[in-house]
Amino acid sequence: MDVTVLQERARLLQAVRAFFDQRKVLEVETPALSSSGNTDPSIQSFQVADSEGLRYLHTSPEYAMKRLLVAGAGDIYQICKVWRAGELGRYHQPEFTMLEWYRLGFDYHALMREVEALMLLLLPTLAASRFVSYRQLFLEVLDIDPHSARDVVLSACMAQQQLDVVGELSRSEKLDVLMTHCIEPGFAVDRLTFVFDYPAEQKALACLSDEDIPVAQRFEVYLGQVELGNGYQEQTDAALNAEVLYTDQRIRQQRQLPEVPPDERFLQAMQQGLPRCAGVAVGLDRLLMCVLGKKKLQEVISFSWTVA
Amino acid sequence: MATYNTNEFKSGLKIILNGDPCNIIVNEFVKPGKGQAFNRVKIRNLKTGKVIDKTFKSGESVEAADVVEKDLQYLYTDGEFWHFMDAESYEQVAADATAVADARFWLKDGDTVTVTLWNEVPLLVTPPNFVELAVTQCDPGVRGDTAQGGTKPATTETGATIKVPLFVEEGEVLKIDTRTGEYVSRVKS
Repeated sequence: MDVTVLQERARLLQAVRAFFDQRKVLEVETPALSSSGNTDPSIQSFQVADSEGLRYLHTSPEYAMKRLLVAGAGDIYQICKVWRAGELGRYHQPEFTMLEWYRLGFDYHALMREVEALMLLLLPTLAASRFVSYRQLFLEVLDIDPHSARDVVLSACMAQQQLDVVGELSRSEKLDVLMTHCIEPGFAVDRLTFVFDYPAEQKALACLSDEDIPVAQRFEVYLGQVELGNGYQEQTDAALNAEVLYTDQRIRQQRQLPEVPPDERFLQAMQQGLPRCAGVAVGLDRLLMCVLGKKKLQEVISFSWTVA
Repeated sequence: MATYNTNEFKSGLKIILNGDPCNIIVNEFVKPGKGQAFNRVKIRNLKTGKVIDKTFKSGESVEAADVVEKDLQYLYTDGEFWHFMDAESYEQVAADATAVADARFWLKDGDTVTVTLWNEVPLLVTPPNFVELAVTQCDPGVRGDTAQGGTKPATTETGATIKVPLFVEEGEVLKIDTRTGEYVSRVKS
């Protein structure tokens, strides 16, 4: 273990806290072990057995932080460990450190600017950021409109790009493959790339736009091909939030994934009214990796998953 | 039928793809922030040697290939097959010309080589990185010309033709890099 990496991590945490302190955003803590978990079918929770039943290690502090927003906490941020089962690779560790924050009254474009400000503070030598819509990227690189292209068009595009994938892919999964294999490799390594307005089926708990073909009011921020954060115009409508969680639950049953009870306390809080806000989650280990010019997450973690 | 799930993928894993045994060279886990996870892998087809890129939707299963590597002693060739023996069990296997391929030029009786077996049939023969072979034929050595770096062809006892420095004489034993087919040095007897 390289001690200078520990020192750099401590410095990064201090800088992040100073950034939010200056902007009057309150640091909070929420439980890591909850009686309900993340229903998202593409994210798997660790389960912990307790004498009273199963608990779930949070995969992000989203539900609990939104309960705090409903309770009137105002602008809040959290730095915490989160856990996602089965995600292990160069840029993935099943246990990692997340920075998540919420800004009342912000729209997601304003939040993108705040994310940029924080990242440029930590990575001051970067060139001017690029802000580009998901649709624009697909038009530029692949000459297709990701929101209106039919499934057969996406399949043809994959074939044309010689993408050979084992397994049945949904429309959304085809878009994921095209994004990761064809579009992300083109992102400049010396600047942040903000991608916004995702396909509606990838909305999660983000708002949809009211266009003819609605898009999810979400963004992701990359440095080169490394995805650093994921932000939303948060869905404030309680019924729509509930619909997402229950749909997730059905998909989990169809795919025979471990059952995860939807967070009823979160849904109840939503009925009391989530203030209009935007929120974002940033992978701090990845950010540290970029700050230090390292190539793997393992290099910036004291004891990574395989030796923990 | 043994299978591997994508979460077991790692370099060195042997799988069946389109009926052929393959070796995973690089496995990378890719996952968008909100979306499906994939394994992007580089795979070598062990029959053809060709390396291809392939993406697996995470959670998919693939058939495991019963591929093992064994260190075996080379015995002889009958012209059609090359025969190898396990020095411990004395079991013998015969490899055809496709499996032996260019390794035939570096096989000397009694040398130990790595044989890759698929369902117990030799698939690939890999000689040691360096072999020592005697020169059976070359032009006479040129004295005092060690510095100029000129080369001439020489034939080894195994039938390989390699480029050697001008000072090399017939009957001398040479160290050769089998990966490049290049002369490394003379071996003092």
